[in-house]
Amino acid sequence: MRHLLFLAARSAWNRRLTLGLTLVAVALSVTLLLGVVRIRQEAKDSFSESISGTDLVVGARTSPVQLMLYAVFRIGEATNNMRWQSYQVLASRPEVAWSIPLSLGDSHRGFPVLGTSTAYFEHFHYGSSQALVFSAGKPFADVFDAVLGADVADHLGYHLGDHITLSHGMSGQGLAEHADKPFTVVGVLARTGTPVDRTVHISLEAMEAIHLDWQGGAPMPGFTIPAEYVRKFDLTPKEITAALVGLKSRAAVFKMQRTINDSTPEALLGVLPGVALDQLWQVVSIVEHTLLAVAAMVVVVGLSGLTAVILASLGERRRELAILRSVGAKPSDVFLLLTAEGLSITVLGALLGVLLLTLLTALLGPLAQSRFGLVIEPKWVSAEEFMLLATVVGVGLCASLVPGYRAYKLSLADGLTPRL
Amino acid sequence: MASEPIIRIEDLVFRWSAEGEPCLDIPSFEIQAGDHIFLYGPSGSGKSTLLGLLGGVLVPERGRVKVLGVELAQLGSADRDRFRADHVGFIFQQFNLIPYLSVIDNVLLPCRFSAKRHKTVTQGGRKLHDEAVRLLSHLDLDASLHHRAATQLSVGQQQRVAAARALIGRPEIVIADEPTSALDAERQIAFLDLLSRECVEAGSTLLFVSHDGRLAARFSHEIALPSINRGITEGTLA
Repeated sequence: MRHLLFLAARSAWNRRLTLGLTLVAVALSVTLLLGVVRIRQEAKDSFSESISGTDLVVGARTSPVQLMLYAVFRIGEATNNMRWQSYQVLASRPEVAWSIPLSLGDSHRGFPVLGTSTAYFEHFHYGSSQALVFSAGKPFADVFDAVLGADVADHLGYHLGDHITLSHGMSGQGLAEHADKPFTVVGVLARTGTPVDRTVHISLEAMEAIHLDWQGGAPMPGFTIPAEYVRKFDLTPKEITAALVGLKSRAAVFKMQRTINDSTPEALLGVLPGVALDQLWQVVSIVEHTLLAVAAMVVVVGLSGLTAVILASLGERRRELAILRSVGAKPSDVFLLLTAEGLSITVLGALLGVLLLTLLTALLGPLAQSRFGLVIEPKWVSAEEFMLLATVVGVGLCASLVPGYRAYKLSLADGLTPRL
Repeated sequence: MASEPIIRIEDLVFRWSAEGEPCLDIPSFEIQAGDHIFLYGPSGSGKSTLLGLLGGVLVPERGRVKVLGVELAQLGSADRDRFRADHVGFIFQQFNLIPYLSVIDNVLLPCRFSAKRHKTVTQGGRKLHDEAVRLLSHLDLDASLHHRAATQLSVGQQQRVAAARALIGRPEIVIADEPTSALDAERQIAFLDLLSRECVEAGSTLLFVSHDGRLAARFSHEIALPSINRGITEGTLA
C-alpha cells in the first residue's frame, strides 16, 4: 500500500501542471461553495438579529411581510398609515410596557429618515438583546436635531454639529428638498450591523414640522413657514407608519395580537417579529437556495474536470501500467493507484479551498461589513460545512472511481503488452 | 528435483476469442533450470501471448503451464501476480522504465511488490539501495546516472537499468522480450554478454525471445516458436 502511494505521488508530481490546474479548479469551487454557505449563514444571522426584545410590530392592516419590510428594514413604503390616536390607545393599554412610534417616508441622500421618539434609544434592541449605544453625541432633544446611524455618518463623512437637509420621498432623483429646514447632527450611533446603521433619526415633531407647509406631497405654492416659527404650531403627529411594542409579560402576546387585529374603527395588524422574520426569510431563501445550487454545480463541474484529466492521462500511461504489472502489480493495485490520485486531489482541493476562504474572509471581511453590514470573519469550519466538505470528498471519490475502473479494465486487457 | 524442468508446458491451447482459431497450440515445451534459451519468435508467432501465459496474466483454455512446478492456472489471479513478482523478471523491447522514477527507484520496483525478492536482497544485511547500485555498476552503468530520471538515459542505458530491475532479488527466471532490437549490432552483443553473465551470477534461468536469429549462437539452447506451435498465429498481435 505504501509503495503504491509513493508511486501515485511521484506520478502525480510528474504531471504537476495539469493536475495542479485541476487542483486549483477544485479548490476554487470549494471556496465558492463554502463562501455561499457562510454568507448565507451570516446573512440569516444578521437578518434575524435586526430586531430583538420587541413583542409586536403594529401598523395599518397589510401583509405581515410587508409590515416587517418597511417597519424594520426600511424597504418599500407603507400603503397605509396608522392614526396617532390609535397609537395612543395602544400605548396606554395596561399590558404595554413600552412602545416606539415609527414614521417613515423621507430620505437623506438615499438613506431613510425615521421619525420616532426618544423611547427608541431606550427600548430598541437588536442582536441578542443589545441596546443602541452612542459613539458620539446624544439623542435628539430639539425639533431640528438628527441622530445618524453608523453607515450614514461614515459614508457621508458627517460629524457632530454638521447641518443636513432632508428630501421628501424615499428614492429616485430630483426629490423635493426640505431645504428651508436644515437639521443639526447631535448624535451618531455605534455600528449595529442592522438597518439602524443606515437610518437618519429625527423626532416625530420634526417630521411634522418639515411637512407643515406641504400638501399632497409637494410644497404649497406661495406659502412657507420659516423654521423659527414652526415651534408655535401644534407638532403632534396626525398619523405614524408603524409602532414597536414591548409587553410587560410575554405570555400576553397572543391575546394582545388578537386585540390589535380585531381593533375598530381602524384596521390594524400586529405581528410577532420572530414569526414574520421567518416568513420573510422564506422569500429570501429562494435566492439563497439558487446560489447554493449554482455553487454545488460548480463543484460538480470541477470534479468532472478532474475525472476528465485523469482519464485523458490514461492513454499515455498504459505502458507505465504494463511495466507495473510486469513487476507484480495486481489489476487492483492499478485501480488503487488511479483512484488514490483523484481522491488525493479532491481532499487537497477541499483543504486548499478552506484555506483560500479563510484568507478571503480575512481580507474582504471588513469590506463586507462596511458595504453590506455582513459580519464575515475567518472562523473554524462548522459542523454543517464539515458535512459539506465530506460530501465533496465523497463525490470526488465517486468521480475518481471512473478512471480507476477504466485503468483496471485496461491493465486486465493489456497484461504485459499494451496494445497501443 | 533437479530433473524437474523450471518451465513445462503440456497440451497448451489458447485463443483470444472463443470462436477463433487457436493462436497457441503447444503439445509440449520444457526449459531446464539454469539454461539460457534462445526462443526464436518472428512477429506474429504468438510470442507475446506465450509470455503473457508464462507471466500469469493470461490463462490457457486447455492444458497446463507449470512454472517452478506450480500450475499457474491453479492459482487465483492475485496469487499469479504475486508469483510473477516473486519468481520472474521481465525485460521488454523498449520503454522499460517508469518515466517519473529515478534509475535506482526503477531498479527497486520488484522489491516493492515482492516481499520474497525484498528479503533475498536484505537477508545478508545488505541494503536495497546498495544492491541496486551493485547491479547497475555490474551492468556498466555509471554511478552519476543512478539518481537521474529514467527519461534522461539513452536507450542502451535504459535497457541495462531494465536488466538490473529484472535481476534484483535473484528471481528464478528472467524473460527478455526483444531487449536488444532497439540497439545497434555492437551494443547488442555487449548487452547480451552482460545479461548472460549476471543471470549466471544470480542463478537465474534466461529465456531470451527474439526474431533476430543471429543472436542464437550465444545461447546454450535454441528453440523456434513456429516449430513447437501448431496454432494459427498469422494476424495475431506480435
